[in-house]
Amino acid sequence: MTTSFLAVLHREFLLALRRKSDVLTVLFFFVIVTSLFPLAIGPEPRLLRTIGPGVLWVAALLSTLLGLHRLFADDLADGTLEQMALSPPAFVWLVGGKILMHWIVTGLPVVLLAPLLGLQYDLDTRSLGPLTLGLLLGTPLLSMIGAIGAALTLGLRGGGALLALLVLPLNIPALVFGAGAVEAQIAGLDYTGHLSLLAAMLVAAAFFAPLAVTAAIRIALE
Amino acid sequence: MTTRLINWFKYSSPPSFYPLAGKLIPFFAVLAALLCIAGMWIGLFVAPTDAQQGEGYRIIFLHVPASWMSMFIYIVMAFWSAMALVFNTRLSSMMATALAPTGAMFAALSLITGSLWGKPMWGTWWVWDARLTSELILFFLYVGYLALNAAIDDPRRADKACAVLALVGVVNVPIIYFSVQWWNTLHQGASISMTRAPSMARTMLLGMLLMALTAWMYSIAVALYRVRAIMLERERHADWVGELAEVKA
Repeated sequence: MTTSFLAVLHREFLLALRRKSDVLTVLFFFVIVTSLFPLAIGPEPRLLRTIGPGVLWVAALLSTLLGLHRLFADDLADGTLEQMALSPPAFVWLVGGKILMHWIVTGLPVVLLAPLLGLQYDLDTRSLGPLTLGLLLGTPLLSMIGAIGAALTLGLRGGGALLALLVLPLNIPALVFGAGAVEAQIAGLDYTGHLSLLAAMLVAAAFFAPLAVTAAIRIALE
Repeated sequence: MTTRLINWFKYSSPPSFYPLAGKLIPFFAVLAALLCIAGMWIGLFVAPTDAQQGEGYRIIFLHVPASWMSMFIYIVMAFWSAMALVFNTRLSSMMATALAPTGAMFAALSLITGSLWGKPMWGTWWVWDARLTSELILFFLYVGYLALNAAIDDPRRADKACAVLALVGVVNVPIIYFSVQWWNTLHQGASISMTRAPSMARTMLLGMLLMALTAWMYSIAVALYRVRAIMLERERHADWVGELAEVKA
């Protein structure tokens, strides 16, 4: 079980390394989207501080959506996914490995970059903590919910837009609590409750999402 | 082979359900019409004018049943989806698919009537209130369901994929509701509270209940009508469809 899980992780990591531009595209998308808001709304620091957490969270949400439709599509096209579904180690673990590596190559860089972009929004250093922690807990959640959408829309025409339509409403709780944590800190309130709820959702999703994803992939492979 | 006292699955096959649905539709449709007339009459003429809200409050006779129904239909959809995945019955998925447009319609109706009510009462078309926001998100979930259903050409795959989506959605509905509620209390200090229910006159309550029953009967009738159409479309190559009187004619 562990070896097959690690093997999938290794494979996905190698694939990501060979296609660095995919990873960089997501990252630059995140940077560009967050830079657009001050240009559109105006550089007033007080305003930027107010919208900063929300903008960073929405941008993180959109950038995880960006590469999502490729999560299973390439493997479906060359038949790898079918072989994975038929292979003796439990399919759930292989799918879990794919989702985890997808988060590591697309979600984690966003998390690491977020404090830097937070500074652009004039967030003080104490608010950067809950922002980064929230994204650290929230982006894997987004990846897992996104994977369900990616599996459901596997091989469909207009997959990308449809995927966004399915996934975005389901991501609202993560957005609410993630951005809420930063706003609580700014307002001088305790933000640990928000993060605990995010962590709880993450744990629940870590259990259920891979099961839903495997079910959805098996439906698509039928 | 054990013999079952009741054959639970008798009406789970399209050939036996199609005529049954056909017999049930007029019953529910007539009931919906009668209840609607009674409910409207009580709501518009009998129920007293509200002391605070004047005549404008009367839109709740449409608004409240629509919101209830939109939430309830999603749960029923998820129930049929679970049935479809567990028992692999065709009819269950058809039922879920047939319910979705009605649910989306009620969610939209609830949003529209809500904003029509909000304008004279609150002075604004839209408030980011917890209930309004979660109703909006519910509408998005319906739209996603319908879009996924429309995007998949193979009906069997569409059924199963939509069933998974409905189940994922129904798990999320309470989470979304509570997250929006907490978000709301964090953001807005002095918002309009819709939760303090004013003591309602008995006739108002009666009118609302009648309208809620109307919405139920209407939904059942329309869903059965739609499921009949879906059955005919999917099973058009089957023998039993060819033997139907209305198809032969």
